[in-house]
Amino acid sequence: MTDADVLVRRLLGPGEPEVGCDECFFELDRYVDLRIAGADADAAVPGMRAHLDGCPACAEEHESLLALAAG
Amino acid sequence: MSAGPVVSVGRVSVPAGDAETQEWLDALTGTGARRDEAVSRLHGLLLRAARFEVNRRKRVLPHLRGAELDDIAVQSADDALVSILARLSDFRGESRFTTWAYKFAIFEAAVALRRRAWQGREIPIEPERWPLVPSGGPSPEAGTEQRELLAAISDGVREALTPHQRRVLVSVVLDDVPIDVLAERLGTTRGALYKTLHDARARLRADLEERGLAREHEGSKP
Repeated sequence: MTDADVLVRRLLGPGEPEVGCDECFFELDRYVDLRIAGADADAAVPGMRAHLDGCPACAEEHESLLALAAG
Repeated sequence: MSAGPVVSVGRVSVPAGDAETQEWLDALTGTGARRDEAVSRLHGLLLRAARFEVNRRKRVLPHLRGAELDDIAVQSADDALVSILARLSDFRGESRFTTWAYKFAIFEAAVALRRRAWQGREIPIEPERWPLVPSGGPSPEAGTEQRELLAAISDGVREALTPHQRRVLVSVVLDDVPIDVLAERLGTTRGALYKTLHDARARLRADLEERGLAREHEGSKP
């Protein structure tokens, strides 16, 4: 993916239904534990993956929680 | 874990079979020395999580020394502890208790680090900083189609967005201002600002469609 692709993607966002930041925080622990358990977290929490694609701050916190809880 | 049945203990639901979660809830909703010990243990857990986050993100604060970074971790753990004890009844038992608790510490530390990184820095207000395609010529890696698309998006930003949407989009996407930092400066919330960003992006996509440039690479690809 080129820099231009990344820029276009960041400008236009995920382009599909997504949760907001508040709901993301509310569901984050469940989503992460489902991922660690190998369950279909994206099906269980619709709109979460799209939000994590579109929101850098929530994505950072998701990455950290996943790394910490899986360790 | 969350896939299992959930049982209620007082006002708190816990996943059946998760003995550690049950032990945390019993101790934290109890009284006396057992509760005090659990609160102290919880603070230790949160401090570990906050330090974990600080360690992951400390590159954004290269000027801070170890003690200053650890102060951020300790303050984040303190704040997370207050939040958790106030919201214990909100725990739904759909994750491990430790995962639920960790997220508060990580959130507090992440927000504190982003704010500290932008402390004293001015957020550029250049809503007319367009077009996205440099006037000096095409980027070597952007093909003709990409350049046309970026030019169309530039037009959409200028013509289809409100000034507030334009400012939020420019700050977050082009200037990499963290959304919670921008929210604090604008006196709003992260959630409200993300809604603005979301609406701006939706408007841009609609504008592209109106221009006959509906995008095949639109959408989230896992």
